Amino acid sequence: MIATLAFYLFAAITILSGLMVISARNPVHSVLFLILAFFNAAALFVLLGAEFLAMILVVVYVGAVAVLFLFVVMMLDIDFGGLRRGVMTYLPLGALIGLLLLVELAVGIWTVSERGAANLAHPTPEGVSNTEAIGRILYTDYVFYFQLAGMVLLVAMIGAIVLTLRHRPGVKRQSIAAQVHRRPKDAIEIVDAKPGQGV
Amino acid sequence: MSIGLGHYLSVAAILFTIGVFGIFINRKNVIIILMSIELILLAVNINLVAFSAFLGDLTGQIFALFILTVAAAEAAIGLAILVVYFRNRGTIAVEDINMMKG
Repeated sequence: MIATLAFYLFAAITILSGLMVISARNPVHSVLFLILAFFNAAALFVLLGAEFLAMILVVVYVGAVAVLFLFVVMMLDIDFGGLRRGVMTYLPLGALIGLLLLVELAVGIWTVSERGAANLAHPTPEGVSNTEAIGRILYTDYVFYFQLAGMVLLVAMIGAIVLTLRHRPGVKRQSIAAQVHRRPKDAIEIVDAKPGQGV
Repeated sequence: MSIGLGHYLSVAAILFTIGVFGIFINRKNVIIILMSIELILLAVNINLVAFSAFLGDLTGQIFALFILTVAAAEAAIGLAILVVYFRNRGTIAVEDINMMKG
C-alpha cells in the first residue's frame, strides 16, 4: 500500500516537473525542475530495487549534468524572451506528433506481457545487494564496455576543454620559462657614470 | 492493487512524449532542447530498469548505466558547443545555425 502510494507520488511529480521543464519561462527554473524530475526518477529506481542506479542518477545527473546546465544558463547573457517567441506557431504540430507518439507507445504497453523471458542473460542473484550484483557482472562480462564508457567520458572531457579554451591576443601573462632563464648579464647593465655628465 | 510493469512503462512513455514535445515547441532555445533530450534519455532509463526489475535480469541496469555515461558526455559536449556558438554569434537561436549549410 505504501509502495503503491509512493509510486503514484513519485511518478506524478516526475511527470509534472518534466512538463514544467519544457514550459517554464525562465530557463533557470527549467533546470531546477529538471533536477526535481531526476530526484523523483531516482526514487522510482529505488522502488524498483535498483538502488545503485538511483544513487548514480543523483550523483551524475543532479551533481554534474544539471549543475553544468545551470552554469551555462547563468553564464551566458541570453535574451530568453526573444527565444520564447514563436512557441505558439509550433504548438499544434508538436501536440499532434506528441499525441500520435503517446498513442503508439500506449499500444506498445498494452501488448507487453509480464510473463518473463525464457532464458535470462544475467538473472538477479538472491541474497546479494544490488550494487554487488551489478559489480559482479559489470567487471567481468561487461569490462570492455565499461572501459569503452570511460573512453567516451575522456573524449568528451577533452573535447569540451578544446572547444571552450580560447587564447585572447594582447593579454599580458606571466611566462615562467622566461623568468627562470633570466641571467644577471641580461638584466643588469653596469654603467660607469662620470661625475657631472650623467649616463 | 499492486504496481506492475505497465505502470512504470506508462510513466516512461509520458516522459518520453514530454521530451519530444519539448523539442517541438522550443524550436529556438537550444538549452531547453538539450534538457528535453535528457528527459528522453531518462525515460529510456526508466524503461530499461523497469524491465530489468520485472524480468529479473540485471542486464538492463548495466545498459542503463552506459546510457547514463553517454548522456553525461553528450550534455558536456553539447553545452561546450553552445558556449562556443554563443561567443561567436551572441545568440543561441537554433534557426540562425546555418553556417555549415552547403
